[in-house]
Amino acid sequence: MEILVCVKRVPQVGGKIVVTADGQDVDTRMAGFAMSPHEECAVEEAIQITERLGGSVSVLTLGPPEAAEQLREALALGAGRAVLLETDGSEWGPVATAGEIAAEARRRDGDGQGYDLLLLGNEAADTGDYQVGVRVAHALGWPCATGIKGIEIADGTVRARREYRGAEELFEFGLPAVITVKEGINLPRYPSLPGRLRAKRAVIETHQPQWRPDGLRKQALRVPETERKQATVLGDGEDAVPALLSLLDELGVLP
Amino acid sequence: MTVLCLVELDGTGAADASLRALTFAREVAGPGGQLAVAVFGEDGALAGGAQAGGAQAGGAPAGEELAAYGVTDAYVTGPGQVAGYAPVAWARVLAGLASQTGADAVLAAGTDRGSEVMAHLGALTGLPMAANCVSASRGPGGAGTWQIVRQRWAGLLLEDAELESSPALATVATDTVAPVPAAAPATLAVHAHQPELADGDLAVRATESATRSGGVSLATARVVVGGGRGVGGPDGFAPLEELASLLGGVVGVSRVVTSEGWRPHKQQVGQTGTKITPELYLACGISGAIQHIAGCASAKHIVAVNSDPAAPILSHAEYAVIGDLHKVIPALVAAIKARGSH
Repeated sequence: MEILVCVKRVPQVGGKIVVTADGQDVDTRMAGFAMSPHEECAVEEAIQITERLGGSVSVLTLGPPEAAEQLREALALGAGRAVLLETDGSEWGPVATAGEIAAEARRRDGDGQGYDLLLLGNEAADTGDYQVGVRVAHALGWPCATGIKGIEIADGTVRARREYRGAEELFEFGLPAVITVKEGINLPRYPSLPGRLRAKRAVIETHQPQWRPDGLRKQALRVPETERKQATVLGDGEDAVPALLSLLDELGVLP
Repeated sequence: MTVLCLVELDGTGAADASLRALTFAREVAGPGGQLAVAVFGEDGALAGGAQAGGAQAGGAPAGEELAAYGVTDAYVTGPGQVAGYAPVAWARVLAGLASQTGADAVLAAGTDRGSEVMAHLGALTGLPMAANCVSASRGPGGAGTWQIVRQRWAGLLLEDAELESSPALATVATDTVAPVPAAAPATLAVHAHQPELADGDLAVRATESATRSGGVSLATARVVVGGGRGVGGPDGFAPLEELASLLGGVVGVSRVVTSEGWRPHKQQVGQTGTKITPELYLACGISGAIQHIAGCASAKHIVAVNSDPAAPILSHAEYAVIGDLHKVIPALVAAIKARGSH
């Protein structure tokens, strides 16, 4: 079972999100970076699948040189190989991104080590385009399921589960395939010390794809105007309970 | 303009998210525009009123609803053509209908299915797809150019963008558009649609495997009692559960709680969990990371219980109690019980 997991480096925003003065990016001077949350789970899922069925996990990202940090996080968790599609920091659209991921899958196939499964996050935390995985699947002619919260693989057949209006729906299809997952499919592990050391020494395979424009062009980012509130303090500790109780009564939520 | 919109059915009517998308689609079509919809007759809501090859007026109850929202033409693909949910086949149907109706834009609600089908449509047609749009109008470049506003970071940021595509493909950020019927209902023509599918379009199909679990769901609960890091561990949730059950609500939690494995992920409120829309969100021991706010900002009233008067949640809450949730919540539970026994 050869699995490729595609991850994205995104800013870690805390209590507030700030846009740079030119309106083109999120201000990350005070922020760290992390792997987009659904993709942390995609890495974990890939490792669990290979622990059950054998094989190996490759991890890929398209991003600036610093995105190697997120590849090393995945290597520390148990991925065996990492591919960086290195950009100059320009934002890539979903069409061009999917094209480069498909190109990597074909390259690997040409080397006789084709992937059986591609895992991605359902959507990136920052751009939220909801489509890269689907476009990769079409480019490769593979079946695809999105928003998946459970994967079983047996005899070359995938059973993928997802939530649908409080119920569950099931998709069944053959390999090779593309699956996008959502957080909650598993609980990602923490890296081990030997894992971290291995990741530090690992060689990252690097390609420099040519940026292409998308039909959707960003002009500016802005924080939506919302009413900035400062909460009215009802009181301190248990002394506030009568005030809280009458508020709940006013809101009509008491039994 | 002519706009084609995917309508998902929920029981006998259109899903709430689809009514929101239709409201958005009607705005895009503009006065005198044509609003056509694609419906998959998985439960026969409209299919019963349709005649093969012909068109007829009306069709209830979803039909009446669609007319009220200004829909002029409904194209119903029956279970004989596409049985149940098959994302590629649904996208293929939209592609066919877009050509047939000469649609300037194809839209769907930004639901799991809407997003997935529109992504497939983008891939099938090679066109860009703008996810979670808040507004869309003709761009300065004329036909085929669009000025759009879309959500990033689950709505924490807005992006102004130019879309060059004919037709425009987009999903609608349904949390920002209220469902509003048209000023006057349209005359609806229902067409039984015979799609042309390609080999393999039905290869991936959903089978519903589990029934809905009983009880109140997090997404639709009227009261949500939230618990965050301040709860302290997996054993600290009992008073929150008790309060939620007294108020006929459910417990929701922040991401740290599910990442630590204290509670199951299905209880998570936030960007990577559930978006909630309760009358009251009582956020206990939750600092208010912005990804959490993305999930609870649509609550009508937010009340925070937090020991830190400087916690970010206080700039999103309407009211706050400054104190230890482990003392405040049991005291509140006792007070509600005492009140009930009067």
